[in-house]
Amino acid sequence: MTDILMPALSPTMEEGILAKWFVKAGDTVKSGDVIAEIETDKATMEVEAVDEGVVSEILVPEGTEGVKVNTPIARLGGEGGASNGGAAETPPKAETPKTPPSASPPPPPEGEEKPAAPVASVSSAPSAEGGARRGAARDGGEQRIFASPLARRLAEQKGVDLTAVKGSGPHGRIIKADIEGAKPGEAKAAPAAAAPASASNAQAAPQRQAQTLEQMGIPAGSYELIPLDGMRKTVARRMTDSFRDVPHFPLTVDIELDELLSARSKINAMLEKQGVKVSVNDMVLKAAAVALMRVPEANASYTPEGIAMHKHADIAMAVAVPGGLITPIIRACETKGLAQIATEAKDLAERARNKKLKPEEFQGGTFSVSNLGMFGIKTFSSIINEPQGAILSVGAGEKRPVVRGDRIEIATVMSVTLTCDHRVVDGATGARWLAAFKPLLEDPITLIV
Amino acid sequence: MADAFDLIVIGSGPGGYVTAIRASQLGFKTAIVERAELGGICLNWGCIPTKALLKSGEMYEQLDHLKDYGLSVEKRGFDFDAVVKRSRKVASQLNQGVAFLMKKHKIEVVQGAARLEKGKDAPTVIVGDRKLTAKHVILATGARARTIPAIGLEPDGDRVWTYREALVPKAAPKSLVVIGSGAIGMEFASFYKALGSDVTVIEMMPRILPVEDEEVSKAAHKAFEKRGIKFRVPANVKKLTKGKSGVSLEIEAGGKAETLNADVAIVAVGIVGNVEDMGLEALGVKIEKTHVVTDAHGATGVPGLYAIGDVAGPPWLAHKASHEGVHCIEHIAGETPANLTAPIPGCTYTTPQIASVGLTEAQAKEQGLEPKVGRFPFRVNGKAIAAGETEGFVKTIFDGKTGALIGAHMIGHEVTEMIQGFALAMTLEATEAELHATVFPHPTMSEAMHEASLDAYGKVLHI
Repeated sequence: MTDILMPALSPTMEEGILAKWFVKAGDTVKSGDVIAEIETDKATMEVEAVDEGVVSEILVPEGTEGVKVNTPIARLGGEGGASNGGAAETPPKAETPKTPPSASPPPPPEGEEKPAAPVASVSSAPSAEGGARRGAARDGGEQRIFASPLARRLAEQKGVDLTAVKGSGPHGRIIKADIEGAKPGEAKAAPAAAAPASASNAQAAPQRQAQTLEQMGIPAGSYELIPLDGMRKTVARRMTDSFRDVPHFPLTVDIELDELLSARSKINAMLEKQGVKVSVNDMVLKAAAVALMRVPEANASYTPEGIAMHKHADIAMAVAVPGGLITPIIRACETKGLAQIATEAKDLAERARNKKLKPEEFQGGTFSVSNLGMFGIKTFSSIINEPQGAILSVGAGEKRPVVRGDRIEIATVMSVTLTCDHRVVDGATGARWLAAFKPLLEDPITLIV
Repeated sequence: MADAFDLIVIGSGPGGYVTAIRASQLGFKTAIVERAELGGICLNWGCIPTKALLKSGEMYEQLDHLKDYGLSVEKRGFDFDAVVKRSRKVASQLNQGVAFLMKKHKIEVVQGAARLEKGKDAPTVIVGDRKLTAKHVILATGARARTIPAIGLEPDGDRVWTYREALVPKAAPKSLVVIGSGAIGMEFASFYKALGSDVTVIEMMPRILPVEDEEVSKAAHKAFEKRGIKFRVPANVKKLTKGKSGVSLEIEAGGKAETLNADVAIVAVGIVGNVEDMGLEALGVKIEKTHVVTDAHGATGVPGLYAIGDVAGPPWLAHKASHEGVHCIEHIAGETPANLTAPIPGCTYTTPQIASVGLTEAQAKEQGLEPKVGRFPFRVNGKAIAAGETEGFVKTIFDGKTGALIGAHMIGHEVTEMIQGFALAMTLEATEAELHATVFPHPTMSEAMHEASLDAYGKVLHI
């Protein structure tokens, strides 16, 4: 007998939902067969069998939430497959998800890691969750970390995740020397400024939960409670962190779209044969990428070590999905043509809605675009998607009166708002970016060059 | 005939005998070699008998203040012989205690001086006509007073004393010069002053108790002067000459030559390790400045040979020797030994007492730290006022960046009993937060420790 274990879809995943079984007891499986679907915060992944055999028992029924990594989820009997398939020879092992682990980003030891960390506003996914949440849980008493007071303080100052440190004191207690000896990676993982924030989150969260709706005057029974799923928790945490910790400010400009709309018709007529349709949003993505190349200061992330100037415009586009949102990324968007952007964006959005994105498709990114124009929203200002330096909020294109010389004319106008992280994008920088962005849309021929 | 052991400890002072007990607990067949009394200098000629003398002196001096407490005494006096006898009795009691402990732990006590020769696993230990072999040998031979015969700083058992002679005098000298103001020198100065001697202390360094924090040094200087102890600081002894009725010291203080005459001089100018006559050089043991050079676990580099305590270097303190010894044998046994980075407190049992642990303020600054310093005087501490012991203060030093307690310094009544609180805090790597959060009992003098910690962060309550 071999136990099939709950796989870790990312290095820091701790638990997931066993969404679906593709096999049942008695089925014969061979290596490579898809046997189950596992769901985490935002990704759904298929699990392949590693060994051959007959499924003798399903241990965790489908739909089970909070299945811890490495819990046996099914049992495989040897008789159906491997010739010498004695149980003794086959050590229990975790099945591999279809996405090879190497494709996942390296595990950020702390949730707040900037440069390499997932970027999407909701994309922190399993990896970004790991550090901060784990620390919070343990501090909360789930599992006590034995560390000296000084070690705790130094870890906080240096941004070292105590859960990643091996203690050399009595009974494995973490002492000062262990933190001082913490590897640069562990130390660098969470920039000093970020660490205290995450520590305070740990305290802030339970405090907020401590006050029930009842205490706030809403009687029990007057509402239905929908349990928080991984995505909701991630959105809540990341948005709270960002809104509280990042100094935001918005800059709004109006953009006339008539030229762009007519150009778009021509382009789409051209592309009709290929079955590609370019949306206004695709053109916004492209224009944003080109503008970021022209004003590279806006394509940057704040870290305590310095400002990270990104070499490519990896544009994250916010996609509303059932239960939340996700921000898949168009990599090196500045290098791609409109047709390619349109194709990629459509594919990413579709797979996002179906929860089929791979972690690397929504983790990372240097700039975000959120578009609520289709809902008729005129202007809005998004919350910074850490660690990006700015996010563009796109409103509806609508006919508005515009003043030309001394006359009032009608034009199709769209308001866009750039929300900037003032630590890295100052007002003038943001304004310069908008000044570069606006003509790209108003005179779309410049987009081609 | 060869006697085979797992471990031989040479020297039965607080380093050696404690190591032997721990070794026995760990299952080692252990022998301990002692050339003089079990318990070594500490028990017989150091820590313990001096404390007995000092207690007598302190109590006698207290009589001067009985009136302050509403008490009176008809006729005061002392029997010097009885004072010394009590001290010897205390030492003897503890010496018997060590003998009992050795027996209890089945440790063979081998009386005699040890010589080492090249052996198999470890050097062979020769005591008299016995050849003892063991897998491991630990040197715990201690140290003795430094003497400088060239300028007459050499005990003669009559007019020039070291701590040893000073512990068993026939009578209290009318006048006394103490050369060296470290803990040993100051304790004898304090004792003899209490019993009426005219005491002058000579210190070469710019201040007395030079290893202590400067503020404490200065406060101690004042307190001792108030008791009538005289100082020559800084001063160099050029020559000590013995006469029929006393000693004469040519000194140079503040660029001026001076001659001091006294009945007796006590030499307390430092410590040298006991490394001679054991064949250490022939074995290839590395010796620097009279001390055996070891690694962090006491290994000398000679297979199977270790050294701990005073012979392995400063600080020359009994508790440091015990701690090193336990570490060494636990390391040999493959246990996880207690760490050796724990701060070692130092105590001086004068009136007033002085106790400290960790860095002085100056050392903290030298290390590039930004110390946050707090102070609290006993003069406003309720218990101290009630007890009539308002002299002195507590000083705490924190690392401004991390909040770690990095040093604590105290001067005052029985502060030696309180310093362990700070030592514990430092060993546990406490920061100001834990010290502030700790509830100190009222009324105690220890409240001053809390207040000094609060003061470092501007939160002091009772000033």
